[in-house]
Amino acid sequence: MAHFTKANSLHEWLDQRLAIDKLWKVLAAEYWVPKNINFLWAMGVVLMTMFTILVISGIFLLMYYKPDTKLAFDSVNYTIMQEVWYGWLWRHMHAVAASVVFLVIYIHMFTGIYYASYKRGREMIWISGMLLFVTFSAEAFSGYMLPWGQMSYWAAQVITNLFGGIPFIGDDLVIWIRGNFYVSDPTLTRFFMLHVLLMPLIIMGIIGLHFYSLRIPHVNNQDGEEIDFDAEAEKYKAGLKKESKVIPFWPVFISKDLFVLGVFMIFYFYLVFYHYDFAMDPINFDPANPMKTPPHIYPEWYFLWSYEVLRGFFFDVGPLSAMDMGLIAFGIANVIFFALPWFDKNDEVAPAARRGGFFIWFWLMVIDMIVLTIWGKLPPTGFNAYIGYVAAVGFLALWAALPAVTARKKGLLMFVILMTLALYVAGYMEYTKALGNGIVIVALFVIFYALFFLNPVFVRNRGGAR
Amino acid sequence: MAQSRRDFLGMVFGAFAGAGGLAALYAMKRTWDPLPSVMAAGFTTVDLSPMKEGELRTVTWRGKPIFILKKPPEENCNHLPDETKKRLVKVGDAEYLVMIGLCTHLGCIPSWEPDKKIFHCACHGGEYDACGVNTFGPPPRPMDIPPFKIEGTKLVLGEEGPEYKKMVGKA
Repeated sequence: MAHFTKANSLHEWLDQRLAIDKLWKVLAAEYWVPKNINFLWAMGVVLMTMFTILVISGIFLLMYYKPDTKLAFDSVNYTIMQEVWYGWLWRHMHAVAASVVFLVIYIHMFTGIYYASYKRGREMIWISGMLLFVTFSAEAFSGYMLPWGQMSYWAAQVITNLFGGIPFIGDDLVIWIRGNFYVSDPTLTRFFMLHVLLMPLIIMGIIGLHFYSLRIPHVNNQDGEEIDFDAEAEKYKAGLKKESKVIPFWPVFISKDLFVLGVFMIFYFYLVFYHYDFAMDPINFDPANPMKTPPHIYPEWYFLWSYEVLRGFFFDVGPLSAMDMGLIAFGIANVIFFALPWFDKNDEVAPAARRGGFFIWFWLMVIDMIVLTIWGKLPPTGFNAYIGYVAAVGFLALWAALPAVTARKKGLLMFVILMTLALYVAGYMEYTKALGNGIVIVALFVIFYALFFLNPVFVRNRGGAR
Repeated sequence: MAQSRRDFLGMVFGAFAGAGGLAALYAMKRTWDPLPSVMAAGFTTVDLSPMKEGELRTVTWRGKPIFILKKPPEENCNHLPDETKKRLVKVGDAEYLVMIGLCTHLGCIPSWEPDKKIFHCACHGGEYDACGVNTFGPPPRPMDIPPFKIEGTKLVLGEEGPEYKKMVGKA
């Protein structure tokens, strides 16, 4: 057994048994962050705070919520909202946090894309972050079902039906997931379990992995500069704070972080108290009714872009039905960001502004996702259907173009652009019914998808400044 | 290579634990399965005799809406190719369209627009003609026919009668 001496203070007593001084150094006081960063690097702490708020407000909601189709709607809209003291506060905090957490996730993600913080050793940071995006999506979807209003119900109906698109086992899988032939009591209860226990457990585990994945490659900086963290840390500890390129997480970085967090929290509580309605769809204040579809169904804003990719394909192409194409595109859209480190064929770490073609690619991607988000909310009738098609094909085309853009293969890039324009023209002809069931458009799609899957494999790396 | 006693014990332990793990996975899968009471419920009987020509009735079967449309004699589905013409069910002297009233795209309920004689799905803009065949938008196929059995003037949903088997080509 280790040798223990009599401790002179509680601190010393704990330090002997738990090495709290060393733990604190490793986790915070000597966890080094580059100086050359901006407010966008504070989003991690903002996200951690939002997740904490979601857990705490969720605990209080859990005290009165009833996961039963007969009781759920009233337990939320009557008991929690009208009877429980400050029940409305927890609900609005929970709903608003669930919505803005995605805003911050998207900012966090696109910061990573802009500054190329997903490659040269930072792949696991990116992948664990994308895993968090997927698990947060599952958490948001399962939570949205719980108030058991019309939107809860029909979102559940549509999303669970998506699994029916999987070949062979689809139909049985949908019934298995729902626990009934339709979305009903067993569905509500099992998604309640996922929302309050299993998904949060998984999320907490992945948050741990995400933090841990930062340890070895460290945080990136505004110039993509490769920093010798050990040497810079020694400088800082030797008192050369001005010369050192790094600062400790605690107390230096956190004080900047807390400022950004403070500004964000003003925005957040402004929404909670004065604009909570933006996270509360009016249709969801009608109790769920399996016999009546609301006239227009749409998901929460943060799922709109992938939803629009799903429904952007409005016409059949030969043997491929509109639905299958939508499902394939939707499937790709949901996993393609994981593959970003491999679609980017240039291993130079630098902000997009210094990477030429990638800079254009980045902003086109942002614009395309905003267009998808806006049109995802509009009814898919008339010309909206065609805009949805253009934006959905555009999303896939941008990914297909990324290896060519980053490897500076002009010929391949031109080919992707021409293919995309051809698909736009063919789609427009289909929209105006000027085209029959043309073999041309089938061929275009086949070539397009083949290109999409094969080009990251065949386009060779173009090494950046190593 | 000779196995040591320790390797053998390790393999026995691994196999035993693996079998236990598989058994647990099976139990978990079964726990998620729909309950026997859910599976057994769900035969709906509808009396078609009081229906008027051109009337659309919606009944519930296994939580799904079922559209029953009594066709006036002048309206039929003869314009469809042969296989799809079979979509009409003859009960007594009248012909009925019986189908699951869920859009085959993602399961929303299309609404019947009697003046245009189409079913319109508000979710993603899909349209079906008066025979339930998809004519526009993302629906991949006509609305599905539920299993049914004819008993006099009554329709039993959930049982596969000879007319149903003939219609879907199972006979």
